[in-house]
Amino acid sequence: MIEILLMWSLFAFSVSIAVFLYRAIKGPSAPDRIIAMDTIGVNLLAVMAILSVLLKTYAFFEVILLFGILSFVGTVAFAKFIEKGVLVDDDNGR
Amino acid sequence: MESKEIILRTVTKLAIFIILAFAVFLFLAGHHNPGGGFIGGLTVASAIILLLLAFDIKAVKTGLPIDFKVLAFVGVLIAVTTGMGAMVFGASFLTQTFGHVHLPLFGETEFATAVLFDVGVAFAVLGTALSIIFTISGDIQRWKR
Repeated sequence: MIEILLMWSLFAFSVSIAVFLYRAIKGPSAPDRIIAMDTIGVNLLAVMAILSVLLKTYAFFEVILLFGILSFVGTVAFAKFIEKGVLVDDDNGR
Repeated sequence: MESKEIILRTVTKLAIFIILAFAVFLFLAGHHNPGGGFIGGLTVASAIILLLLAFDIKAVKTGLPIDFKVLAFVGVLIAVTTGMGAMVFGASFLTQTFGHVHLPLFGETEFATAVLFDVGVAFAVLGTALSIIFTISGDIQRWKR
């Protein structure tokens, strides 16, 4: 029973990733693309977690944490690039 | 000066410790589980990139007064030296061994020479990644002026 539910949720996440991929490619503006990329990252995290429940293994936990960190840093970098146009300030006068 | 990036800076100050602790965990999990020197060094590099995004090059340079090109050189030197150390004992290059030592607080603990090699790999990866990042960001600043 629980496995059928998990398989269906995997299917739903796959459809969601496909729709967000369309938005990331087609998206009219840059913030659309960035939010689509961030949400693809979150959905991939969910897919990995569901897979680790389905396969009854602990091996994916490090991958999930590391992917979360990298996705967070990437989203912060894109957001700062949109807002300021410069990724790393030389000296912001503090 | 009132900062406009107060949320990013507060989150960064908290998240840095979590990312660095996870990097140490990944580094020490190296020879039995997923992990090791390469991915540990890359995780430390991502933590410092987060610091660079939230603060600026000057603050990070004063906080970490390390020349990262020298760090990459030292890392490669450590890795090659531990590989040569096996040749001193008559084994072939890069042979790794391990032993069990009884420590007072931890009990039976396993020490492996692969950890020494991993220290070198982590330093090399960290130095290379961060010197690339510092070089690219410096060039962008000069190019805009």
